[in-house]
Amino acid sequence: MLTLQCPHCGVHAEETELTGGGEAHLKRFGPGSDDDAFEGYLFLRENPKGVHFERWRHSYGCGKWFHAARCTVTMEVFGTYTAQTSKPPQDLLDRISEKRPGWRWRDLNEPA
Amino acid sequence: MSEGFEELCRVRPIARQGMITLRGDLSAKAVKNAVTGVAGVDMPSRREARHVGERAILWMSPDELAVLVPHEEAAVAAETMRSALAGIHALVADVSDARAHFRLEGDTIREVIAKLAPVDMSPAAMQPGMVRRTRFAQVAAGFWLRDEATAQVFCFRSVADYMSGLLRTAATPGSAVGYF
Ligand SMILES: [Zn+2]
Repeated sequence: MLTLQCPHCGVHAEETELTGGGEAHLKRFGPGSDDDAFEGYLFLRENPKGVHFERWRHSYGCGKWFHAARCTVTMEVFGTYTAQTSKPPQDLLDRISEKRPGWRWRDLNEPA
Repeated sequence: MSEGFEELCRVRPIARQGMITLRGDLSAKAVKNAVTGVAGVDMPSRREARHVGERAILWMSPDELAVLVPHEEAAVAAETMRSALAGIHALVADVSDARAHFRLEGDTIREVIAKLAPVDMSPAAMQPGMVRRTRFAQVAAGFWLRDEATAQVFCFRSVADYMSGLLRTAATPGSAVGYF
């Protein structure tokens, strides 16, 4: 069972109260972009074994979107954070680096 | 329920409950005044339900409140709020006839709710004066604890029969788990 704390209302929501929104921090490439960029936006996703960043919606609750960082292997939740950002907060990245030295996700690397 | 058996708690539909939804900036003074003015109840903070008698304000989300008033007052109360909020970015909707409410009374309300909703119902986590939006089995619902032995559950009116069945089943005599 996955439990995520909604950063908007503070509820510890259980997985069935949430709706998954797929991978986090996608940059949209729409009409006018080249084929490779459009393909990447539409189809290409991370499929990590380990640290992952996702969007979730507290649908059976306050209704707000938020982000979550978790481990796809152990289901450990590193933290949740606002949807109004294009990258995870630094304190969360630091916490992940402590727990998963050498982790990597897209261009987010452990700080040298 | 057949006579001679004790339900885990009493389940009673509240026939006519006025309910007004307000969405807007909950930190704005005008919004607070509009809501507390018609409700006659203090402003709740995050996840709180404040009530006096049959009047209440429920915190529904960071930008949403539900105001409970007697059914016959709801239309006027909504109009009062609307005019108090004229020119302010906010939404007021009288949803009295779109919701169904149930009152649960008894010492085992925590157990009855815990059977239906994925909510930590331990006394440490869910305390009187708190409101929670969640699901009861397959439908969206919310509830708040008026006190240690009284809960009020609400859902869309379209699923009122389903909710009534759920609550009565969870309170079936002899089905106590004794967890809390
Ligand atoms: Zn929430």
